[in-house]
Amino acid sequence: MISSAIIPQPLAKLPWRLLLLITVIATIGLLTLYSAAGGSVTPWALKQAVIFLIFVTIAVGMSWLKESSIKSTAFPLYTAVLIMLVLVELLGFVGKGAQRWLDIGPIRIQPSEFMKPAIVLVLARFYELLPPGDIRRWRAIWPAALLLGIPAALILVQPDLGTAIMIVLIGSTVMFVAGLPWWLFAGAFGALATAAPVAYSFMHDYQRKRVLIFLNPESDPLGAGYHITQSKIAIGSGGLFGKGYLQGSQSHLDYLPEGHTDFVFSTMVEEWGFLGGVILIFCFALVIRWGMRVSLRARTRFAQLAAAGLSATIFFYVAINLMMVMGLAPVVGVPLPLVSYGGSAVMTVMLCIGLLMALERQQRTASGLSTSRIPA
Amino acid sequence: MMLFGGAQAAVGAVLVGRLGWLAVAENEKYQLMSENNRVQIIPVPPRRGWIVDRYGKPIAINRSSFRVDLIPQQLENPEPTLRTLAELLRLDSDDLDRIISDLKQSRGFQPVGVADNVTYEDYAAVTVRLPELAGVSASRGFSRYYPAGPAVAHLVGYVGTPSAQDYEKTKDPLFLTPGFKIGKQGLEKTLEPYLRGQPGGQRVEVTARGKLVKELDPKPDRSGETVQLTIDAGIQEYAARRMGPESGALVALDVESGDILAFVSMPAFDPNSFSRGIGRTEWKMLSENDHLPLLNKIAQGLYPSGSTIKPAMALSFLKQGIDPSRKVNCPGGIQIGNRYFRCDKVHGLMDMHSAIERSCNTYFWATGLKTDPQQTTEMVSYLGYGDAFDLPLAAQRYGTMPNPKWLESKYHRKWQAYDTANTSIGQGYVLINPLQLAVMPGRIASGKLIQPRLLMGTPRKPIPPLNVDAEHLEFVRKAMASVVNDSGTAVASKLPLDGILMAGKTGTAQVFRLGERGHQSNWALRDHALFIAFAPADKPRYAIGCIIEHGGFGASAAAPIVRDTMTYFFDQQKAWAALAPLEQQWGGTLAERNARQLDAFKATARANVA
Repeated sequence: MISSAIIPQPLAKLPWRLLLLITVIATIGLLTLYSAAGGSVTPWALKQAVIFLIFVTIAVGMSWLKESSIKSTAFPLYTAVLIMLVLVELLGFVGKGAQRWLDIGPIRIQPSEFMKPAIVLVLARFYELLPPGDIRRWRAIWPAALLLGIPAALILVQPDLGTAIMIVLIGSTVMFVAGLPWWLFAGAFGALATAAPVAYSFMHDYQRKRVLIFLNPESDPLGAGYHITQSKIAIGSGGLFGKGYLQGSQSHLDYLPEGHTDFVFSTMVEEWGFLGGVILIFCFALVIRWGMRVSLRARTRFAQLAAAGLSATIFFYVAINLMMVMGLAPVVGVPLPLVSYGGSAVMTVMLCIGLLMALERQQRTASGLSTSRIPA
Repeated sequence: MMLFGGAQAAVGAVLVGRLGWLAVAENEKYQLMSENNRVQIIPVPPRRGWIVDRYGKPIAINRSSFRVDLIPQQLENPEPTLRTLAELLRLDSDDLDRIISDLKQSRGFQPVGVADNVTYEDYAAVTVRLPELAGVSASRGFSRYYPAGPAVAHLVGYVGTPSAQDYEKTKDPLFLTPGFKIGKQGLEKTLEPYLRGQPGGQRVEVTARGKLVKELDPKPDRSGETVQLTIDAGIQEYAARRMGPESGALVALDVESGDILAFVSMPAFDPNSFSRGIGRTEWKMLSENDHLPLLNKIAQGLYPSGSTIKPAMALSFLKQGIDPSRKVNCPGGIQIGNRYFRCDKVHGLMDMHSAIERSCNTYFWATGLKTDPQQTTEMVSYLGYGDAFDLPLAAQRYGTMPNPKWLESKYHRKWQAYDTANTSIGQGYVLINPLQLAVMPGRIASGKLIQPRLLMGTPRKPIPPLNVDAEHLEFVRKAMASVVNDSGTAVASKLPLDGILMAGKTGTAQVFRLGERGHQSNWALRDHALFIAFAPADKPRYAIGCIIEHGGFGASAAAPIVRDTMTYFFDQQKAWAALAPLEQQWGGTLAERNARQLDAFKATARANVA
């Protein structure tokens, strides 16, 4: 926190270190998008910069939200997003195809994105309301499982496997942090492993293909395994220091598909090498650590759970995307937040950061006062 | 909480580790893969090695050419594209038929030649319109050129675009490159590994969609090796032209080394039209011709040797102790068993020398019956008849030199007197190829067991002398000299040279029926004419074997051709002077006649269509 006489008090109270990290990550993203477009701000870099600025402003604005108001919106927000998900499903049924968004006038809303912070808030709220002694009881589990299961199922049938997995992972994280016994998760994992073959039989063809290719990408290097193979070539050929900015042949000659969206990390590492990749991962790690600290220092159970869940959202975004582009996970269509081109991921992550900043501000401002728990 | 933080840190470590593994540890592998993506090589067919004669004169060379191809896969509107091309390149219906049939047979990525040896103007006209002609490729390259055309057709064969099967066998992308040709026949085929060379390539940077970004430094090709033949291009072409309209084969050898100097099978196709991609009409013309221009008569043709066997017979008689001065009366034939064998005429009293000189069958029948058939035929085999030679020919039919043992194992019957009689005059089971027809006089002339050679590069092995008495050889050589120079059957074919005599032996092989000779109006039923010769008679250097299919008497059809070809070895001017009036009579040189024949055939084909 910069404390200087010149800077006005409200500005000085912003978490500047965090904002700096976010800006560094976004700048790396913009530079990569500039390169991916063949050295041009259009069509991606400029648009992305505008999107970033808008959402940073929104996030900073959100940092003044009170914990109490966040808390009170948790259930209404969750309900609203759930309704939108059902609407999307209905529209999709009418339109006979995969439908992931709602067109509301000029803007397009992808409700599944909103569900990521919403599920965190609602589960945090649920476990706050749950008497601490009940955490080992059955009633600590089934309502949460329902709150998590319904949206996850709705998103899965959209079909959007990547987001569904993320929702489940984020929700499970909150439940785990809330103190549910570990064997529950181990059991769930085991059940999942046995259920996987069954799930496979229900998958869409393109999803099955993705799973198969993940298991052996080189089996079909020119066909559907192309994405992973080319991504690994881009990353692997970068070496220690990369091929040099604007010198990436994989992305510039279009061998790397989706080099500006899901595979933006490959584009970046091809040009900046291992070093660039590690710096970016490190920046993300610092952002997540910051979020986890907010959780650690939280004085309310809601803040603790919400902060952990929101940090986990950012973590899963980054982890799934990087595992995907480096061939450690199937291609499930999860972008790298703040770096990949596109507004949705930026929006979700900035909403999370805005909420985290709000929770962090409460800790600081509340530090001097003797606030007890705010009644629900 | 800590557990979750720890898990996150662990995942982070895995990610960094994986990144390091890919980008640092496996960097070399992926860098190579990235280069393979970025840089594509557009193969440039290597220039084919030359084929030259013993003096370095070109037999098969490459000419720089422009060519137009179709890539079936990229062809969007076949019909309008072909129409435009036909107009631009003035293709006739024959060419179009070939292109369409090639298109049907080709695999999607295998180019189909539209036109070879396109003029620069036509090439430019196609290039300008390439944007609207999807699937058309116009390029510069090399095409195979045979300066002597049909004269070397059966020697070198021809080259052609690899077929789909050829590609399947090798999977070599070079086989799909427009303009790349492989040997399809003859030496072009058997010497393919030497002639092909290493392809080069234009290295280009291309996008994933195949768009060219920039050209990088090209990788040069390595042209194929030059192969030197033992052939003398001059004698090869002369002999081919001297054959005129006849159907036959001629082989000339150096008697000391066995080097094949001429290897002529006529009539022949023009290998240049094959390397261009032969038209349907021309193919039809060639395959319908009863003189079989597509058949390599040297390697594939088998003929009864006729009386050319007699010098070898005489040698085996001498070896078995027959006195050469022993006389046999020829009353015009001889009774063997229940059949009367008729000689050409009544020769009267014959000794060995005069029997060879005048080709008296009665003498050889009678003397053959006095000798051991196994020993007699062994000598003939030893001198080359029925022998297979180690030559780079795709297929070699080497015929049969019968003997009692062979007859027993093949037909399960005893050798009879009439077998001796037939064999003594080169009929019956005796079948030889034209190569053997040259090797035999070559071995007799030099007294060495020469093996015919075609490639200058093969190591020369020491040639053992014939296991035949030198005096016997000298006796037979003298008799063969008398055939041409005294009162023999080929006196009309004396060399027109001072001090150089040719020795030879005529042969006439029955095609239709034994016994009746004379004029046959049906060409296909006439006898084959054969002649073997060497010169100079006293110090032999060259040997020639020649067969003219259905030429009638050996003396009348084959011997004059051998005489003129032999003359060429010693005096080219005299040889050309002898050929000039003949060519005038036949209606032009070989090339002129070939061209006219094709035009006439095309005209008939067109008339038939219309």
